[in-house]
Amino acid sequence: MTKSELVDKLAEKNGSLTRKESETIVNLIFDSMGDALRCGEKVEIRGFGSFTVRERGAREARNPKSGEIVDIPAKKVPFFKTGKELRERVDAA
Amino acid sequence: MTKADIIERVAEQCGITKKDSVDMVESVFSIIKSTLESGEEIKVSGFGKFEVREKHERRGRNPQTGEAIIIEARRILSFKPSTILKESLNGK
Repeated sequence: MTKSELVDKLAEKNGSLTRKESETIVNLIFDSMGDALRCGEKVEIRGFGSFTVRERGAREARNPKSGEIVDIPAKKVPFFKTGKELRERVDAA
Repeated sequence: MTKADIIERVAEQCGITKKDSVDMVESVFSIIKSTLESGEEIKVSGFGKFEVREKHERRGRNPQTGEAIIIEARRILSFKPSTILKESLNGK
């Protein structure tokens, strides 16, 4: 399911909603979570999961093609931990 | 940030009541959860992809006792952040 299908489904489930309004709501949800992560803030959605920002240290790696050593700078990566309810539902199915 | 913060922002920026906002936000997460439960992936451009993956049974060890155990085959949810989200966390 893509974001656009999610927008359709939300509009379908809520008759009073236009597609445009549904799209605004879905975009706002993901934008809010992205903004929080960009601020280094944790996002916690009960029953769904939590997103945190993890720091990856700088490291040396090798270009597998040329064998050349390259420096990889430290970076931040988003990390998702599945919530208990969703973890159990996914595994039970 | 929690769901309550998202609900507030949606109510504010969409000009809907708090109650309607609660229904909408809950509805979105409920659609996402049942879709994933059915084994279907969720792809949100600019954010990332949620995907259900099958894990085989494997041998593991209880890290506390050192006891050998069998980890049964299971299904897990994995999140792959989009390049856009990853780059935006690093100021790009």
